[in-house]
Amino acid sequence: MNPFTCIVRRDLLLAFRRRSDVFNTLVFFIIVVSLFPLGVGPEPNQLRAMAPGVIWVAALLASMLALNRLFAADFADGTLEQMALSPEPLFLLVVAKVLAHWLVAGLPLVLIAPVLGIQFDMSVDAILVMMLALALGTPVLSLIGAVGAALTLGVRGGGVLVALLVLPLYIPVLVFGAGAVVATGAGVSAQAHLLLIGASLVLSLVLSPWATAMALRISLE
Amino acid sequence: MLEAHGLECTRGERTLFRGLSFSVAPAQLLHLGGANGAGKTSLLRILCGLLSPARGEIRWNGRPIAAIREEYAAKLLYIGHANALKDELTALENLQVGGTLAGRRCTREAAIGALGELGVGRCAHLPVRALSQGQRRRVSLARLALGARNAEAINDENAARLWILDEPFAALDTAAVVHLENLIGAHVAGGGIVVLTTHQPLAVVATGMFRIELEYDTEASQ
Repeated sequence: MNPFTCIVRRDLLLAFRRRSDVFNTLVFFIIVVSLFPLGVGPEPNQLRAMAPGVIWVAALLASMLALNRLFAADFADGTLEQMALSPEPLFLLVVAKVLAHWLVAGLPLVLIAPVLGIQFDMSVDAILVMMLALALGTPVLSLIGAVGAALTLGVRGGGVLVALLVLPLYIPVLVFGAGAVVATGAGVSAQAHLLLIGASLVLSLVLSPWATAMALRISLE
Repeated sequence: MLEAHGLECTRGERTLFRGLSFSVAPAQLLHLGGANGAGKTSLLRILCGLLSPARGEIRWNGRPIAAIREEYAAKLLYIGHANALKDELTALENLQVGGTLAGRRCTREAAIGALGELGVGRCAHLPVRALSQGQRRRVSLARLALGARNAEAINDENAARLWILDEPFAALDTAAVVHLENLIGAHVAGGGIVVLTTHQPLAVVATGMFRIELEYDTEASQ
């Protein structure tokens, strides 16, 4: 087994044995999204109009909530040092960790989103576009978040700092992600929005692991 | 050959050591001594490349380690203060992950053998959470035995030549201490290099053993 698959497998195994952590993110997402129709009232047009924004904001907060789990445990028990000393390039191991993190914290959000969309009386088209936008957008959130998590490793009150660091970078994803769904609802093609999210995915896939690896080496000093 | 040239290390306001130079040749063991806080762990982390020194550099076979990071990493086995074990994984899973991360082929049989060698073979399938402090240390140290096994199996090419061990004897019982000393002795005798810190008198039978004492220098901090 090569180190990349080894780390993905290990992190998935750890997540499986620490299930409550995983459910935290998902339950948070479901609760936040479900409370809105109850709080705002059952007016279908209003619900349809706010659905994309509510779901995207909740997904963004949920993935930010999961960020501090990304490196903290490995940092505390010394595994991160071993990763930094591995002959394998550190950025590859970072990609492995982020991939495993997304499979555990991001993918469930994408899969549960259609069920939540029904609460908002969203059309089938809008739900499909929303899933696609989330599937493209949540990996960007994980990748960008990894940089913030790496920079704030071992810092007290790191949680707030991560939020301050990564939120500005999350905003384009939020705007285009929600925009794609709004466009579909209005009968316009969502292609432009989706392409922009795709572009930011490619960009963050190239830059973020490298920046994260640098940040981790600094944090380990 | 591991060489240190004019190392200086500063942590916060304090200079831990300066102008430190030494070299360790194959089949030699360097025992670092010094009081708590003298900078032993910092020096080991500098030797690994985890920490960059304020001045000076480390060379491996004549080349600075920063320039040959991956090549150096393939030759290095570092066991730090922390055991690098996951509570939720079994001893065997932990060892396999550790071995794979270090870039070594790590079969299940070899891993079980290495755990057995350190006397924790019976715990191989227990989650590390259930193990005692000493047993955890043994599981962590099994990576050394795994490295030694691989060295025999695949003819030295990929094996770790340099072991850097931070307090390897901490929390071990007498039997395990003797066994670890034998393991280190065999590695040195086989042409390996070992750098370690310990407060215990070292009974390793190695001819090329020497000691550097780091002084807790109050002058240096001023």
